[in-house]
Amino acid sequence: MLLRYLFIVLIIIPIEAFALIEVDITRGNLSPLPVAVSPLAIDKDSKENFEKLLKKKNLGSEISVIVENNLRQSGLFNPLNKDAFLQKPDIANLKPRFEDWNLIKAQALITGKVTFVDKKLRVEFRLWDVLAGKEMMALAFTTVPSNWRRVGHIITDKVYERLTGEKGYFDTRIIYVSEEGPKTNRVKKLAIMDQDGVNNKFLTLGNELVLTPRFSPTNQMVTYLSYFKNLPRVYLLDIETGMQEVVGDFPGMTFAPRFSPDGKKIIMSFAKDGNSDIYTMDLESRIVERITNHPSIDTSPSFSPDGRYIAFNSDRSKYQQIYVMDKNGKNVKRISFGNGLYGTPVWSPRGDLIAFTKLHKGKFYIGVMRTDGTGERLLTENFYQEAPSWSPNGRVLIFYRETKTNSKGEGFSAKLWSIDLTGYNERMVETETDASDPSWSSLLSN
Amino acid sequence: MNLSKFLKNGFLILVASLVLTACATQKKTGQMQGDVYTGKETVEYLASGVPDRVFFATNETVLTTASRETLRKQAAWLRKNSKINVVLEGHADERGTREYNLALGERRANSAKDYLMTYGISSDRISVLSYGKERPVDSGSNPLAWSKNRRSVTVKAN
Repeated sequence: MLLRYLFIVLIIIPIEAFALIEVDITRGNLSPLPVAVSPLAIDKDSKENFEKLLKKKNLGSEISVIVENNLRQSGLFNPLNKDAFLQKPDIANLKPRFEDWNLIKAQALITGKVTFVDKKLRVEFRLWDVLAGKEMMALAFTTVPSNWRRVGHIITDKVYERLTGEKGYFDTRIIYVSEEGPKTNRVKKLAIMDQDGVNNKFLTLGNELVLTPRFSPTNQMVTYLSYFKNLPRVYLLDIETGMQEVVGDFPGMTFAPRFSPDGKKIIMSFAKDGNSDIYTMDLESRIVERITNHPSIDTSPSFSPDGRYIAFNSDRSKYQQIYVMDKNGKNVKRISFGNGLYGTPVWSPRGDLIAFTKLHKGKFYIGVMRTDGTGERLLTENFYQEAPSWSPNGRVLIFYRETKTNSKGEGFSAKLWSIDLTGYNERMVETETDASDPSWSSLLSN
Repeated sequence: MNLSKFLKNGFLILVASLVLTACATQKKTGQMQGDVYTGKETVEYLASGVPDRVFFATNETVLTTASRETLRKQAAWLRKNSKINVVLEGHADERGTREYNLALGERRANSAKDYLMTYGISSDRISVLSYGKERPVDSGSNPLAWSKNRRSVTVKAN
């Protein structure tokens, strides 16, 4: 039900493409690109219609604010203060006076127009290279008005892609576990929100413990662990229909689920008689395959994006370390050899890196390493943090962080944080309640 | 309320607070051996003299001498009460990743289960449930609190 209006018709207006300005994406936020996001122009009739329909005074401004916030939070852009803009939105969208925009040091300019046509929302926007005085991109699309926030995210994705050469990650959602109540008896619910924290919805009521939701890389399915009837099992949830079913109905606990890259299988741990091994289940045929068979704990499996390898967590060398094996369980190789314990390996959607949690001398780190274990880079250190999840373009990691609790039981919180792959732009992601176990969806508009 | 009753109540409160102070001072010393909890503070009893839980060292699932003694008492109690079934709830402290801790809790509960079985308790009477780090008894972020949370608790299932 949530995604009834997923479809947005994109019309690309062809123009000559010169990449005259570009963002240095290897250096993170050291020199964010100054960009002017002009409020989208809106005519009087459209304004009144949208106000009636959406209770938004000026939809053109509202959408431009979404774009502005997205760009700022990426750490790669510096959206300039609107008070300094000299040109009116409608005129700027026709033909910007580049000298004016140059004067306020904008290097890129985004303009556009929203109109109310046949009860639909029509948006066009343009990206301009201010220094070269050229149009870089122009796009128009039509959608149902209730999709207005997604319009802002899609514009950001297009601008981001044009200026960085990488796909965006703004028209996406985050599924996570909402937490409330005392630490000794936390009430946990599945929750979902847009990537920017808006449109938060709870998907379960909190009657049973739920953990580790993970998005399918191909559709709007989610797999997670639920303690329904005190039987910890892996479940599958369709967030469009709300239908859920058990997939890991084994004679023991199933946990640590993730999808295969094609979305057709779930890989998970099954614990029985004190031993956890890794299994896959084909969602259509329900055929179960055992992947590991070892007396140690094998858990937290994650497929490589080509589906050929599996990274996982095992204590077969006494303590938790990261291993990689072929998809059939052969050729198991340990890849983590630094000081400390390693857990939660997650393969990057780009395929070249594995994100992990590291525990060393009482501190927790989120880091990345190449898939053969070389090039370990620790991005952030804290009292407690774990469970990184990649943005669909492999650029940003979202994870959760817990604070210390004093002996009176005070001071505890669990929050979502994100960090750029470069280690810059670490920031808290606002949530209505405490939050943990985030998982990033793929792009909705792809 | 007459004066003597008032004084008597006051006296009781005084005694109670002395006992509490004594507990508080005792708490600081000798509640851990290595990093295994040896105190009684969180322990409940299945029957008189039958403690309900055993404790583990960090990242460990082996039973200590004290744990084995506790489990032998549980086994004796279970043999006497043959209609009672139990759930062994395995737990970990907060200093580990969630998924690994679920596996660790399952393994801890199973080491307790295995021991009960060697003392003649049928596996049909014992089920195992891991909570990982989801249900600490002590919410503190300190070594003593963590030692209380690394545990397997035997709970009556019926």
